[in-house]
Amino acid sequence: MRPAWSVILLTTLIGAGQGLFLALYALDAWDAARGQASLAPLFVAACIAGSLGLTGAGLAASFFHLGHPERAWRSAAMWRTSWLSREAIVLPLFMALVALYGLAHWTGRLQGALVAGGFATAACVALFVCTGMIYACLRFLQEWHTPLTVANYFLLGTASGLTAAAALAAWLQPPLARGYVVAALLAGLLAYLGRLAALARNARLRPKSTLATAIGVKHPRIVQIAQGAMGGSFNTREFFHGRPREVVRAARWTFLALTFPVPGILVVVSGSSAALLGTAFLVQYIGLLAERWYFFAEARHPQNLYYQAIA
Amino acid sequence: MTQLALVIDLNVCVGCHACVTSCKQWNTSGAAGFLSDDNPYGADPTGTFFNRVQTFEVGEFPNTETVHFPKSCLHCEDPPCVPVCPTGASYKRAEDGIVLVDYDKCIGCKYCSWACPYGAREVDEHQKVMKKCTLCVDRIDDASLPEAERKPACVMACPTSARLFGDIHDPASDVSRAIRDNGGYALMPEWGTQPANHYLPRRKTEKRLHPDELVRHDNPLKVDGRLPRPATGDPALDDVTSW
Repeated sequence: MRPAWSVILLTTLIGAGQGLFLALYALDAWDAARGQASLAPLFVAACIAGSLGLTGAGLAASFFHLGHPERAWRSAAMWRTSWLSREAIVLPLFMALVALYGLAHWTGRLQGALVAGGFATAACVALFVCTGMIYACLRFLQEWHTPLTVANYFLLGTASGLTAAAALAAWLQPPLARGYVVAALLAGLLAYLGRLAALARNARLRPKSTLATAIGVKHPRIVQIAQGAMGGSFNTREFFHGRPREVVRAARWTFLALTFPVPGILVVVSGSSAALLGTAFLVQYIGLLAERWYFFAEARHPQNLYYQAIA
Repeated sequence: MTQLALVIDLNVCVGCHACVTSCKQWNTSGAAGFLSDDNPYGADPTGTFFNRVQTFEVGEFPNTETVHFPKSCLHCEDPPCVPVCPTGASYKRAEDGIVLVDYDKCIGCKYCSWACPYGAREVDEHQKVMKKCTLCVDRIDDASLPEAERKPACVMACPTSARLFGDIHDPASDVSRAIRDNGGYALMPEWGTQPANHYLPRRKTEKRLHPDELVRHDNPLKVDGRLPRPATGDPALDDVTSW
């Protein structure tokens, strides 16, 4: 598949925004359970603003994927069958609930904030599931058709959100930074293991479709002579990344280094320095861009069997 | 229930692309607007087509066989492209099973094309909506056309009648009979999409000779039998005939 930057930005940005909200609400709920109120208003405001900013930027990026963005409202129609439709509903809902949660905090209604945050958490998890299932539900894209896709969207998003929370805490409420650093490391490690598992699984995949099933001729050696068009078509542009193997390999090594090991080291040596933790978040985010690019480039669409040779 | 479909006979298709050009001509001229066609005579031609004829070579030289393979939307009975559409622009028409796109509802997110294993859907780069074969709904539904012309343009154009059109749910229809009698098959059955369009396999025309066709066992005069060899002293033909 050809990686579309609009979708790469959408999925990575909302993942980080969701993770940042989860990081804040987890601590808030833990506070409530202990009967304490340890969160500084400025830290809460920064997390809420960060979460809304990231998800809002992701939502904005998604519009660039559409041929007719002015009709985007129509995408809420088929929520009964389409994961994309469900995502289009849950993303604004999540943003609204986070805003409500922030508003309740701002006005000092901590009980109400807890309830709103609970609903936002449910929407957050649902959004991770929707985003992952958009890819995981396509059964013939075998690289994506696995529960690991959903798990990794959840884990990678949560990990980057926790890194962002650690940076914000180091900046605005240093006593919290240490806890977030530990959580970010744990989530990062889990996400890394999940992604490695997906890589290992996909390395052993054997395509179910072959040219023999594609054209229905039983023979091991079939070669395409012509694809019916002398130039390119939508089919050759949308489903092939068109990059040399070295670029794909470089993207893999980039994300293998930047999603966890490098930011992990930065987090460990940061000593709760906001600048270093902020750098760790940025580095990890670049790693996630590479990860998402590779996620798309890695997927081999069976339609490509029909587009092997121009003429 | 009706399920309209094409049955394409690969044994008859000669790869002339008449179905491609007639499809493009008909569908670029309709009420739904033109089909993109950029640089048609330039260095990098590209455009939207509902139907393409591809060519494959099967086997290794010298035992090769050329297969011309027309490919368009298969109007699956369980179309994976329809449920994923977020707006409901993609739908399967209940009365005749044709998979269609409502161009006024399509937001151009291309998700349906990802969900089609056959690559049957192509985005129109100018109108920014997803397009695909409609089985020429504007022909088959047009009561002003003579009955015989209410068929897809590709079927009308095919010079070798390699394309049949009809209801595959009616066991008495030409298409059902062709599928049944000539081993019609579906593409990529591994995905369970149940394509409505079927393909008829290539069939080898071979003359099989059995020994009894060369030697007539029922030959009463034994004229095919070997005559006894003359002895060396016997007169030869040259001795008895003056040339």
